[in-house]
Amino acid sequence: MNSYEHICPSLISFSQLNYQTFRNMALNQELQAVTEAFSGHGVDEKSLVTLLGKWDHQERETFRKNTPPFFTEDHERNFQRWDDHSVRLLKHEFVRFKNAVVLWTMHPWERDARLVKEALKKGPNAYGVLIEIACTRSSEELLGARKAYHSLFDHSIEEDVASHIHGIERKLLVALVSAYRYEGSKVKDDTAKSEAKTISNAIKNAQKKPIIEDDEAIRIFATRSKLHLQAIYKHYKEISGKNLDEDLSDLRFKQTVQCLCTPQIYFSKVLDGALKIDVHKNTKKDLTRVVVTRADIDMKEIKAEYQNLYGVSLTQKIEETAKGNYKDFLLTLVARKG
Amino acid sequence: MATLIATTQHSPVADAEALRNAFQGWGTDEKTVIAILGHRSVHQRQQIRKAYEELYQEDIIKRLESELSGDIEKAVYRWMLEPTDRDAVLANVAIKSGGKGYNVIVEIATVLSPEEVLAVRRAYHNRYKRSLEEDVAAHTTGDLRQLLVGLVSSFRYGGDEINARLAKTEADILHESIKQKKGNNEEAIRILTTRSKTQLVATFNRYRDDHGISITKKLLDNASDDFHKALHTAIRCINDHQKYYEKVLRNALKRVGSDEDGLTRVVVTRAEKDLKEIKELYYKRNSVHLEDAVAKELSGDYKKFILTLLGKQD
Repeated sequence: MNSYEHICPSLISFSQLNYQTFRNMALNQELQAVTEAFSGHGVDEKSLVTLLGKWDHQERETFRKNTPPFFTEDHERNFQRWDDHSVRLLKHEFVRFKNAVVLWTMHPWERDARLVKEALKKGPNAYGVLIEIACTRSSEELLGARKAYHSLFDHSIEEDVASHIHGIERKLLVALVSAYRYEGSKVKDDTAKSEAKTISNAIKNAQKKPIIEDDEAIRIFATRSKLHLQAIYKHYKEISGKNLDEDLSDLRFKQTVQCLCTPQIYFSKVLDGALKIDVHKNTKKDLTRVVVTRADIDMKEIKAEYQNLYGVSLTQKIEETAKGNYKDFLLTLVARKG
Repeated sequence: MATLIATTQHSPVADAEALRNAFQGWGTDEKTVIAILGHRSVHQRQQIRKAYEELYQEDIIKRLESELSGDIEKAVYRWMLEPTDRDAVLANVAIKSGGKGYNVIVEIATVLSPEEVLAVRRAYHNRYKRSLEEDVAAHTTGDLRQLLVGLVSSFRYGGDEINARLAKTEADILHESIKQKKGNNEEAIRILTTRSKTQLVATFNRYRDDHGISITKKLLDNASDDFHKALHTAIRCINDHQKYYEKVLRNALKRVGSDEDGLTRVVVTRAEKDLKEIKELYYKRNSVHLEDAVAKELSGDYKKFILTLLGKQD
């Protein structure tokens, strides 16, 4: 306690009051900052160390009482407990940087094999990842993933995809992961034109027979070379005036077409979906996956497309949404090669 | 084991010159062509091609095509191509020939190892500027398409692990698929086009144990349409391809069925692999040596060439 109290009690109390107010304001800011450090993609390790690390018992209690999602008050016994669900979510955020690092250092073949395995385990919501890998990798990269899959899991990718998926999308997905597409420049334009018509008819007929069950549509998209498919995409636009993927209502088929014909648009959309606040924890993982898997391939084009679609730079969006080491790591990957 | 007797002292240049001489003048000295090429390993033959190209600025294969004709031309042409290139050519010919060629596609996709099938797919890219699966798919429909595309696209796991429980489940599924004439073939196709060969053999054995009859015999009753014929071929090739090839030879020599090419194809593609075992099976099954059957049924230079590849000593 202050020894000058007896000299000028009111003055001392006033300055103590101010200090307390000042301290409260500062604390409020810190509370906000720490909550922020926990909210988003990854955690802001620096803030946690500098702010949280110096809080005393009183300040930590204030934190617990004032951050509802993380803590719940036990009024009966007068203490605040961590919310289990929040702790679990927090774990994912802390580990986001580690996952990014591990994924980045992995051989691309092992990485794709593991991503496929994980997607199969997760179920239908994750099948988009299967399509992404099967359609955006080069023929040799997909082959490498299939070899790695043998080594890691003692099964072939097609065998696991075929035995785990029972819905109507099975035919398409098995065909996509088995493809070993021609990658040369030769394209037969009349074939592409006639196949664009075939697709157009299949789409018109979609009420009677869903396109994902149309053998010809599957044949075309699961076996033709990417250049050939891009020619089909072009011819379709000439016939119908619309972009092929926009005219598709089947989600899997739409994803397939996007990944094969307009991959950078596809990736931009996935990134934008993942960069929203309060998005599902599985969707958040899309951010790591896309940045890590495309950093060496077409990140430059994806950035350009992202800017085109959303009017804001991808780098800026990541800066705003991600935190800490995770953010720095992503930004470094995204900035490579210009 | 191979039946080919390859020379141990090899000079590609001497061979190229000798072959050049054989082409000179009217007609061709087939005897020399057979004597040389019939005794060269795949590696040696490719060296001869290279030497001939360097010496005479000509692809010896094109020359052979114009110098020879008929059955021997086909046989020597296939013999001279590099094996993965040859299989790509065989596949392409088979695709174009429709109903008569499906068994060849199945053979290539199921007898070769996964890595070998991959090599054929690459060779197909190089030669035809399209993928093998895209051509197979564009020329077939329905269940047959699903089966053939699935077979050529497979990259089977090559390990020895067997899942006995799975073998039982899938043997039952195969049984159901076969029972129903117009049945749901999707599951049968899934199993045959994706499981490892070891697992499939275990499944076929389980089938035989459970139903008292081998799965191939069961299919015999149903083998009316192209799909079931191809299914049958796939199972037989996966189960025991040497036995399958013996039958191809037997039918070809008896002039049964439509596989006219069968004799050439089996001899040319297996002479450096396991034609010896196939010969032994032939003798066991027919009580006559393959060479004797060939000598009886074939004639001329074609006969000489085939007999040379079968290991006949001059």
